Amino acid sequence: MAKQKRKLKGIEKCPTGVKGLDEITEGGLPRGRPTLVCGSAGCGKTLLAMEFVVRGIQQYNEPGVFMAFEENADELATNVESLDMDVRQLVKKNKMAIDYVHIERSEIEETGEYNLEGLFIRLESMIDQVKAKRVVLDTIEALFAGLPNEAILRAELRRLFRWLKSKGVTAIVTGEKGEKSLTRHGLEEYVSDCVIYLDHRIINQVATRRLRIIKYRGSHHGTNEYPTMIDETGLSVLPISSLGLDYSVTNERISTGIDELDAMMEGKGFFRGSSILLSGTAGTGKSSIAAAFASSTCRNGEKCLYFSFEESPNQIIRNMSSIGIDLNKWVKKGLLKYHSSRPTLMGLEAHLVKIHQKIEDFKPTSVIIDPITNLTSIGGQAEIKSMLTRVVDYIKTNKITGLFTSLTEAASASEQSEAGISSLMDTWILLRNTEVNGDRVRLLYILKSRGMAHSSKVRHFMLTNKGIKLLEAAE
Amino acid sequence: MEKKMDENNRRMSSIERDLIKKSKEADKSKQFVLRLYIAGMTAQSSKAIKNITQICEDNLKGRYDLQIIDIYQQPALAKGEQIIAAPTLIKKLPLPLRKFIGNMANKEKILVGLDIQPKD
Repeated sequence: MAKQKRKLKGIEKCPTGVKGLDEITEGGLPRGRPTLVCGSAGCGKTLLAMEFVVRGIQQYNEPGVFMAFEENADELATNVESLDMDVRQLVKKNKMAIDYVHIERSEIEETGEYNLEGLFIRLESMIDQVKAKRVVLDTIEALFAGLPNEAILRAELRRLFRWLKSKGVTAIVTGEKGEKSLTRHGLEEYVSDCVIYLDHRIINQVATRRLRIIKYRGSHHGTNEYPTMIDETGLSVLPISSLGLDYSVTNERISTGIDELDAMMEGKGFFRGSSILLSGTAGTGKSSIAAAFASSTCRNGEKCLYFSFEESPNQIIRNMSSIGIDLNKWVKKGLLKYHSSRPTLMGLEAHLVKIHQKIEDFKPTSVIIDPITNLTSIGGQAEIKSMLTRVVDYIKTNKITGLFTSLTEAASASEQSEAGISSLMDTWILLRNTEVNGDRVRLLYILKSRGMAHSSKVRHFMLTNKGIKLLEAAE
Repeated sequence: MEKKMDENNRRMSSIERDLIKKSKEADKSKQFVLRLYIAGMTAQSSKAIKNITQICEDNLKGRYDLQIIDIYQQPALAKGEQIIAAPTLIKKLPLPLRKFIGNMANKEKILVGLDIQPKD
C-alpha cells in the first residue's frame, strides 16, 4: 500500500494487533504510557482492551495483565471465546493474569484515611508474575461507585497512573462516557497521553460503530471517525488514512468480455485499475455485462470478486447460463467468488469493512458490486458517496478494476446516477430501453471514458443465448 | 389517666431493659474474628493498629481474635480477600462480613459496624 509513514522521533509505539488501529495510530499506542479508551455502554471498550492483551501475547509475545472491575475472570474468558481468543489457555501458560476487583459498597465502611495500596499490590504481583508489558484496567471508574471519598480516590488515581508509567507498562484504561465529559468521572484528566473514543450509534435502524482518536500526545495520527466492526475475528477498524489520490496508474488494458464493447474502447477495453459505472433502468442488462466482465477476468486466469446485493450466487449463475455465460466453472476453479448479502443486514460502514476484508482475503484483480444503488436503503446519498469513494480509492490503490452497477429509476434522467458517484468513475456506460416500432430494444453507449478515444455511437445491445451482442445503432 | 400512662411506660422500659440486658449477654458470648490488612509499616498502618487494638481491648476484651497481616508479604491474600485499600479491617465473624477502610480513627463508626454496644 502506498502510504506515507511519518513517525516522530521520541515516541515509541506499542502495536495493538487490532486490525487497522495500528495504521491510524501510525504504529500503535504510546509505549510505556496509559491510554484511555472511552465510549458508551456496548461500544466495544472491553473487547478492544482484551484484544490488546491477547494479540499482544499472540503476535508480539508481550505478556499482559487484565484487571477487571465489572466482570469476573470466567465471564471475561467466556465472552471472548467465540472471537478466537483462548484466554484460559493463556492464563494457564502464565502469559496472562486476570484479576477481578469486586467492591461491594454496602460492605465497606470508611473510618479515617486510607490509600489504595491494596490495588497497587495486586497489580504489581500480577505484573511480576507474568512479566507483563501490557496492562488493562477495565473500567477503573467502578471505584467511584465503591469508595465514597472522592478526594482520596482522585489522589490515588493520579498516583496509580504515575506508577504505571514508572513501571514501563503500556496500559489501556477504559471509561464509560459521561454526559458532559468524555468519561463519567473525568479520567481524561489523569490519562492524557492518548485518548481513543468508541462510538456506537443507530442510523436508519442499523447499528454503526465508529472509532476516533481524540488525542495522541507527541504523535501524528488519523483524526477522522473511522468505521469499526466487530465480527468473528474481533474488532477491526478501517484505516482510511492510508488512502488518497496518490495511486499509481498503468496503461495496461483489460477486455470487457464483449468484443464489440472492446472495439468501442479503441479495441482494447478498460484500463486496469480503473473504475467503471454501468447504469440503466431495470432490465437493461447491467448484470449481464458485469457477468461477461467477470467471465473474461477469469478466462485470463485472474481472480474476480463479486459482491451481490440483490441476487444469490446460484441465481446469478443460473441466469447467466441462459445467455451463454458459464460462471459455474470459474467458481469451481476458485477464480470467481461471490459474496451475497442483503444491504439491510448491516450498516454501510460494516459493509465497507466487509468489502475490505473480503478483498484482502481473496486478492482479486477485479471487483464487481451489483448494484450500488441498493445501498440507498441503508444510508443517505452523502454517506453512500463517501463509502463508495473509500471503496474506489481502496481498489484503485491496489490496482483492482472495479465495476459498479447502478439502477436508474425509470422516471429520473438516465444520466443522473443515483448514488451521485459518477464523478468518481473513470468509465461510465449507460444502458437504456427504448421502443422502436412496437419492440423494446436495448441501447448502450459510453458516456465517458477517461484517457481513451472511445466511440460515441449508440449501439444496439442484444442478449442472446450465445452471449452479449452489440449491433450498429438501430435508429 | 396520666398515672396509667406512666405505669405503662415503666412497664415498657422494663421490658426493653430486659431485652438490652439479654442481648448484651449474648453479645458477650460472641467471638469476634478480625483481620487487619496493612501495606507496610506506614504512619497510617501504625495508627490503624493502635486504634483497633484500643477498641478491641475496650469493648471485646477476651473474646476477639485480631490478626495483623502485611499484604506486601502476602499479595495473594489481597486478591483473595478483595482488598483494594490499606489499611482494611475485615470482620470475618460474626457474620455478616464487613470491611472497614482507613486508619480506624472513627471509633463510633467501627463500633456500629461491628455491631457492638459501647461500654457505658
